Amino acid sequence: MKLKVAVIGAGVVGASIARVLSMYENFDVVLLDREPDVGWGASKANTSVIHPGHEEDPGEHPVRARLCVEGNRLWRKWVEELDIPARWPGELMLFYSEEEAQRAARYVELARLNGVPGVRMVWEEVKQIEPWVNPGAVGAVYAPTAGLVSPFEAVAAIVENAVENGVRLLAETEVRGVRVSGGEVCGVETSRGFVEADLVVNAAGLHADRVSHMAGVELDFRIKPRRGEYLLFDENVHVKPRMILHPVPTPVTKGVYAVTTVHGNLMLGPTADDLPEEEKDNLSTTEEGLSRVMEEGSRLLREVPPRDRVIRFFAGLRPEPPRGEWLIKAYDDPWGFVNVAGIRSPGLTAAPAIAGYVLELIAGEYDVRLSRKPSWNPYRVGVTSVRGKSPEEVDQLVKANPDYGAIVCRCRLVSKAEIVETVERMRRIGLERVTVDGVKFRTTAGTGWCQGQFCRWGIALIISQATGTPLHEVTVKRAGYGVGDVKVLLRGGSSC
Amino acid sequence: MLETKLDLVVVGGGPAGIAAASKACELGMKVGLVENREVLGGIPLQCVHTGFGVHVFGEDLTGPEFVYRLIDRLQRADVGLFLKSHVHSIELKAFDEKIVTVLSPKGVQRLYAKAVVFSTGARERTAFEIGVTGERPDGVYTAGEAQTLMDLYGLMPGRRVVIIGSGDVGLIMARRFALEGAEVKAVIEVLPYPGGSMRNVVSCLRDFGIPLYLSHRVVSIRGGKRVEKVVVAKVDEEMRPVPGTEFEVECDTVVVAAGLRPNVELLEKMGAALDPATGGPVVNETLETTVPGVFAAGNALVINDLVDYAVEQGERAAEGAHEFVSNRSGSVAWKRVVKGRNVRLIVPHYVSGERDVVFYARVKSPERRVFFELLGSDLKLYQQGVRPSEMIRLRAPSSAISNLGDRLVFQVRPLE
Repeated sequence: MKLKVAVIGAGVVGASIARVLSMYENFDVVLLDREPDVGWGASKANTSVIHPGHEEDPGEHPVRARLCVEGNRLWRKWVEELDIPARWPGELMLFYSEEEAQRAARYVELARLNGVPGVRMVWEEVKQIEPWVNPGAVGAVYAPTAGLVSPFEAVAAIVENAVENGVRLLAETEVRGVRVSGGEVCGVETSRGFVEADLVVNAAGLHADRVSHMAGVELDFRIKPRRGEYLLFDENVHVKPRMILHPVPTPVTKGVYAVTTVHGNLMLGPTADDLPEEEKDNLSTTEEGLSRVMEEGSRLLREVPPRDRVIRFFAGLRPEPPRGEWLIKAYDDPWGFVNVAGIRSPGLTAAPAIAGYVLELIAGEYDVRLSRKPSWNPYRVGVTSVRGKSPEEVDQLVKANPDYGAIVCRCRLVSKAEIVETVERMRRIGLERVTVDGVKFRTTAGTGWCQGQFCRWGIALIISQATGTPLHEVTVKRAGYGVGDVKVLLRGGSSC
Repeated sequence: MLETKLDLVVVGGGPAGIAAASKACELGMKVGLVENREVLGGIPLQCVHTGFGVHVFGEDLTGPEFVYRLIDRLQRADVGLFLKSHVHSIELKAFDEKIVTVLSPKGVQRLYAKAVVFSTGARERTAFEIGVTGERPDGVYTAGEAQTLMDLYGLMPGRRVVIIGSGDVGLIMARRFALEGAEVKAVIEVLPYPGGSMRNVVSCLRDFGIPLYLSHRVVSIRGGKRVEKVVVAKVDEEMRPVPGTEFEVECDTVVVAAGLRPNVELLEKMGAALDPATGGPVVNETLETTVPGVFAAGNALVINDLVDYAVEQGERAAEGAHEFVSNRSGSVAWKRVVKGRNVRLIVPHYVSGERDVVFYARVKSPERRVFFELLGSDLKLYQQGVRPSEMIRLRAPSSAISNLGDRLVFQVRPLE
């Protein structure tokens, strides 16, 4: 008999767990998220760095250290299997004095302990390795296995593949309770009713403490939101460091990073501000935060482009557990409840490894004899895009489908064909509400220098046509007002 | 792949592009006009207010009416139209050989041309560019987006509106919302004076009882799903918010009308020099950029107040392209145009002195009772008042320019 599993939270952790569980005959997985789409929490707004694992102290956090290194290795496979935009440029942890160099040397030792390959100190040559480095840097710890992914696209791809392999996604479904009977979980109460489950995996990110309390475990466990602000520059600015740059970490944060994202934008951030526990939805940006990011960025880089080349800024919230300790545990009481909570950095990096770890935990704790699904398909292919193709290649695409020649997003060169296919895929994974933002994050349409002013409504129109939703009810970001109400004169004079 | 041989490719089918293509065709050139959308006309198509065509047609028209007049002229010329076509790249094969690669649902086309006119218009500055922090709920639009929703799609973007920026665009949008029955709570202007014309301040705000806050800034936007309110603060002389002066305005919609920037992405990629003051390319009197045979007109050249100027520039660029194509543009000892007292920007940047030139300029700060003049010449234009938001247009006869040295200094001089 199959075990029914409810995974709460379709972030990178929950999605990865769902994908890994979908490999086995033993499980019937439903993936729940309160947002209209997957990956809209901490997974979406972060540095997008896949860390090498040389910043984790195996003495303090052995599981974190192990899963980070393993996650880095697994991502290489996952981005290939799932066609996720990624690069592996390596990273430089810059130091600015001999004293700081001493502190930095510790990370080479940690790399050795954790089995991270290739980490070494570099000195004057750092400026040749990365010409954009600030001349004030005297050297760096070079970690060649660091990479970059598009984190939202990663989650979307993982979920597509998981659904293809039998996982059911329920978006806009908020968990309100965990039902326990006779010491065993039997399901979750949600905003859409009861979802039966033999196992409940709590990967609810910032809200995982609340879900844990619903199951009656870890009642003292509290997750605090730590806010990070980021600046994203126009893809046409010439400052484009090849490698990932960051300073020597402090106990609170890994510091402000400077990266050229997989989509070619210089990105600086994050700050680290601890917010009160009740502000888990506070994604406000602040002038002070952004100025700090600019300042820190200018310590890393030889040159920082002017503020007026910033095309967007945003804030992300990281879930910060007590003492920075991940809480990954399968419980006896209630039987069937699994916490994957407080997954702070390097959570994105470790996610695929965490999923494997959780699988073993479930198999061991609940005595499941795993049996692989022969039909399991590890592959997912991304939407064919016009960007990056030669005119000859685009001509071939247009011959097959004229919509490839209809450019919707001019800045990022995204065609109507890509938007239409993305909308279809969103419906296929089970999203009832196809949002303009969901299309934006999947296709990059609207993320260029004009920030969607020429294409946002064109995309809304395509969604309207594809889903039969009236244009004024198409949602940009969240439920609610949509793109606006109908004009009074179009309603045949009825009152508003 | 389809290939077409042309004399001139005009990129962008708004007023400047239509004018350039018509004029070039009238001059006997073989012209292709490339436009992203399925219709010509550009932004005026969504401008249901009047104010178009006073100079060109001697009539006060709405945007669509104005566009139809221009298209009428275009239809009498034999211009090759490339609609729903996106310029993918432009290759400079040689001094007088350009290959414009165009994507469209018909396939990829290569347009071979000797000259190119850029009339790609402008884009709006976003809330991010002007540094509005806070949350990112739905309900924040640029003025153009709001206008598109209202007047092309028939949707009402919101009911209780705060407008950032009191340029003509912001003022007209305030009135537009008020006419549609929305409550316009405030227009917020960071400068100590209105950005738009006094005529519009009266007819768009005062007549509708809409409050205008000068020397104020929207410092942050609040709201979970939809905008709930904005936080506004007074600013000091350096435009920094003054602590303690913050107040909130409840609204469901924020319209950002914070000015325009020329669309110069392709020009930049081709290596054309840009003027930081205009955001557009550096040009000579034929509106040729620093890339020979590549011209710019309309808002892609400099942000204009009047569509009539965009048309005028389109025609000038077509004339320039015609000279270039017929090999009549030899080497010239250009005179540099220099910004003197209280001049923020001026185009063109180089002139020969051999012909009449129309200059377009803006001042740095408002002044009353001044002359706008060309130093060392008799050429001067009396102005009752000048403001950065009002473009100065001055026609200089060659006689005024030719005797001067290699630097032409334009300045604003008080009457006293």
